[in-house]
Amino acid sequence: MSTKLDHSMSLASPEPKGLSTKQKISVAIGLSGLLILLLAAFNIDFPNRPLFLALSLILITIGTIIFANDAYLTKLEGIKNDGVWFKSISSRGLLGWMTGILLTGFYIILYFYPQYIGQGVDGKENTGLIALFDPLSYLLKGQPASQWFVYGTLYTVAILVFGYKFILKYRHNRYQQLRTVSVMFFQLGFAFLIPEFMQALNYPYYDFKNMWPLNYYFFYDWNINGFLNSGTLGFAMLLFGILSIFVISPFLTYKYGKRWYCSWVCGCGGLAETAGDSFRQLSSKKLSAWKFERWSIHTVLVFAVVMTIAVLYSYIGKNPDRSIFTRSQFIWAVVSFLSLLFIAILIYRRKRLDKDAKFAGGAVLLTIVGVLLLNHFSEGNKIFFIESYKLQKAYGFAIGSIFSGVIGTGFYPILGNRVWCRFGCPMAAILGAQQRLFSKFRITTNGGQCISCGNCSTYCEMGIDVRSYAQKGENIVRSSCVGCGICAAVCPRGVLKLENDKLEGRINSNEILLGNDVDLMDYVNNQKN
Amino acid sequence: MEHIVIIGNGISGVTAARHIRKMSDKRITIISAETEYFFSRTALMYIYMGHMKFEHTQPYENWFWDKNRIELKKGLVSKVDIKSKSLHFSDGEKMNYDTLIIAIGSKPNKFGWPGQDLDGVMGMYHKQDLENLEKYAPNNKTCKRAVIVGGGLIGIELAEMLRSRDIPVTFLVRESSFWNGVLPEGESQMINRHIKNHHIDLRLSSNLQEIIADDNGKVKGVILQGTGDIIDCDVVGLTAGVSPNIDFLKDSGIDLGRGVKVNRFLETNVPKIYAIGDCAEQHEAIGLRRPVEAVWYTGRMMGETVAQTICGKKIEYKPGHWFNSAKFLDIEYQTYGWVFAKPKDYETQFHWKHEDDTKCITVSYHKETGEFLGINTFGIRMRHEVFDQWLTDKKDIHYVMKNLSQANFDPEFYKKHESTILTSFQKSQLQTA
Ligand SMILES: Cc1cc2nc3c(=O)[nH]c(=O)nc-3n(C[C@H](O)[C@H](O)[C@H](O)COP(=O)(O)OP(=O)(O)OC[C@H]3O[C@@H](n4cnc5c(N)ncnc54)[C@H](O)[C@@H]3O)c2cc1C
Ligand code: SF4
Ligand code: SF4
Repeated sequence: MSTKLDHSMSLASPEPKGLSTKQKISVAIGLSGLLILLLAAFNIDFPNRPLFLALSLILITIGTIIFANDAYLTKLEGIKNDGVWFKSISSRGLLGWMTGILLTGFYIILYFYPQYIGQGVDGKENTGLIALFDPLSYLLKGQPASQWFVYGTLYTVAILVFGYKFILKYRHNRYQQLRTVSVMFFQLGFAFLIPEFMQALNYPYYDFKNMWPLNYYFFYDWNINGFLNSGTLGFAMLLFGILSIFVISPFLTYKYGKRWYCSWVCGCGGLAETAGDSFRQLSSKKLSAWKFERWSIHTVLVFAVVMTIAVLYSYIGKNPDRSIFTRSQFIWAVVSFLSLLFIAILIYRRKRLDKDAKFAGGAVLLTIVGVLLLNHFSEGNKIFFIESYKLQKAYGFAIGSIFSGVIGTGFYPILGNRVWCRFGCPMAAILGAQQRLFSKFRITTNGGQCISCGNCSTYCEMGIDVRSYAQKGENIVRSSCVGCGICAAVCPRGVLKLENDKLEGRINSNEILLGNDVDLMDYVNNQKN
Repeated sequence: MEHIVIIGNGISGVTAARHIRKMSDKRITIISAETEYFFSRTALMYIYMGHMKFEHTQPYENWFWDKNRIELKKGLVSKVDIKSKSLHFSDGEKMNYDTLIIAIGSKPNKFGWPGQDLDGVMGMYHKQDLENLEKYAPNNKTCKRAVIVGGGLIGIELAEMLRSRDIPVTFLVRESSFWNGVLPEGESQMINRHIKNHHIDLRLSSNLQEIIADDNGKVKGVILQGTGDIIDCDVVGLTAGVSPNIDFLKDSGIDLGRGVKVNRFLETNVPKIYAIGDCAEQHEAIGLRRPVEAVWYTGRMMGETVAQTICGKKIEYKPGHWFNSAKFLDIEYQTYGWVFAKPKDYETQFHWKHEDDTKCITVSYHKETGEFLGINTFGIRMRHEVFDQWLTDKKDIHYVMKNLSQANFDPEFYKKHESTILTSFQKSQLQTA
């Protein structure tokens, strides 16, 4: 990935066109809202917390709204990418790096040193930033705030205000608007309000749309116990969670591709598409990045699945009364299921066993091996000779905190807005494998219209070299595509269309495109098959 | 081993090289004076506008050429010696070839205007033109106004580029309405209004008389023909079309007209020398196409075809139905088949325009037989495949209008206009019946 310095590293506005006066004022308003939070983080106690918290959030919101209005409503509808590579913030310039470092720092404190921003430990009262959010937390669930409440609130505010900005930016594009309204809705309702209210009613915290394995603690014993101790409703929630993994998600992914989740529902995706939108062009399009991606995301997937099975395995050991299986029955059930899956992939793709199918099959196979080893090398509470909670902790630290949080979001301004989704998310790996192997979704290429300009590839947040397909007249059927539709939006020649259609003929490959001599097209394109 | 040398690393030369490599082991060298690696000329505007960096306009990563054993050579060919089968470079170097593909593209037209070579006057074709523009028009303080001469596709792109940096633009168009040599009246008028909505000072029926210099030989203004009005400016963009870049071939013995003359096999009059892309001129026009076609995809198709011939499967260049696309500021344009600006005597046209004044279509059909001949669409994307099939099948105009939604290629959830279009079409039929 090219991170070389260029003129955008200088602070003295090198941009051909800087911010307008209104935009400067709006940035100042937004920053003053953030300043209140920063002061609170440095343990300045505000006299009237509800007032200052409200003031802070309102200033941030108003600042963003004024900025967006001035940036987009003063112009005609259309693509608004002017100056993206001149602006320091969006081209890995000084502002970009500073933002990246600040965000990363914030995540490190949030995950590992919450006491520095005022998290009260051992039953002590909150102070500082977290105390500032106490009033809101009491309002919603009658409990003091925690670092996660602060984070959840800020996260939701970010998706809402930057979602507004995004909707204005794409006000000519209904696909973009609808999916943005959708992620705003799911974040506010499902990720934020409903779980908080449920806690207020003494039900377990549950974000219905946050599915395993993205939600890696779904099968942890405290989570399962939480459900099982909450009566029928708790049991229903557990059932819904399992149903969404094995029925709802495969069905929707078959019909619409992984986009139904990744760019319409998911919270990580929601933040990436809204607050992260200014950074989508920073993802690497190199072939080497793609190679790395396939290895890393499947590694995390195997890790996540094996870890989860280990957790369930030890849960069954500890709670035989709560389980319908014995340990070995459970292991054999899992192994049979995975083997069937593996065989299904092999049979289904026997004719075109390409890299993607191999990676998907490989991941399943590796998981089977992992599970068998697990069964063989585990005793009592020890799994692979280590306590199962240690395995959970390792995953939580390496993947849950470092990868998805610190790198995934902290590095937005350096590596692009979908680092986690692309290189780490095990959920994306599963949905992606299905999308590639068994889904109606594809991006259709419009005959011979592509002029190889490169807008689509540049603005693909998943680092897909869309142009390399479009200029060959080939449909784009990639496991990593989250269906954000930006490639289709920015294409100046109307070459790309996201659609759901028949399975057959979805993956086509052409050497000679529509428009040339028909005999020649037939001759060359059919030669290889 | 046969050495195939290609002059020009644009879309046509590179496509030829790629396909020859797929089919053979011949030694391939691509020469260019412009850039080391292939880039997409059509994306030049987006670099200046900050949508992309130069590296993003390169369709292949730099390792691609080595891996595919395509040798790249940077240099300006100054002479082709067909007797000794060698090329002479401007620095005195020489290179031998067995087979030569001329894919040298175009250069901007200059019509002998006084002052056309001053500093700050430029075309918009090569990467060097872009660098020039960056130098003379980095922002609206250095460039207080730019004048663009010539209302075609590149002219309007240049206007959009300059406006992205808030540089005031005066756009001199010779015709009475923008691009009305190609676009039917209703479409052309709509684009006129769209140009003005973008705060571009569009001057129709205006011609350049002279470009005037300051004391340092840099442009300081232009004089208009007829009125003699003077417009002060710091940059003049010459975008009055392009023509084949063939000057260095003048005395080579290769047959030239406006471009390099080729037959349907893309062969020149000299054995083992071919010409493709913008610079090739057909002896006789193919169908309703022009003998020289300076568009991206025809260059690509000629590259695909010539590669077959060179690798032993001699094949004619047979472009299918005409299509093309462009973008006028925020309005996308696509065309399939033929819709003429001034309808031919056998042609009837139906025009529909959306009330928001950014979308319209024009459909052309045969007056007597009702055969569908072509469509222009603005602000609505259409499916190439469907129209290609309909043209081949010579579908009836009523069939096309009734099934227009099959051809729609707009993103999901977009508002559909087919039924309003159909109603309006049926109304127009009643009136003419
Ligand atoms: C700004 C712009 C926008 C455009 N947009 C579109 C569009 O949207 N759609 C479309 O269909 N078409 C478009 N075109 C036209 C399209 O880009 C051309 O038709 C196409 O690039 C021609 O390709 P080519 O391979 O024939 O030649 P070129 O791309 O011109 O390549 C020829 C190369 O040969 C080199 N060369 C020439 N002479 C010599 C020599 N003596 N020695 C060494 N090297 C030499 C040149 O420097 C050049 O690099 C656009 C053109 C421009 C300039
Ligand atoms: S390929 Fe297109 S739709 Fe898919 S992730 Fe990339 S930009 Fe989004
Ligand atoms: S698909 Fe569109 S955006 Fe992508 S390279 Fe082709 S013309 Fe450009």
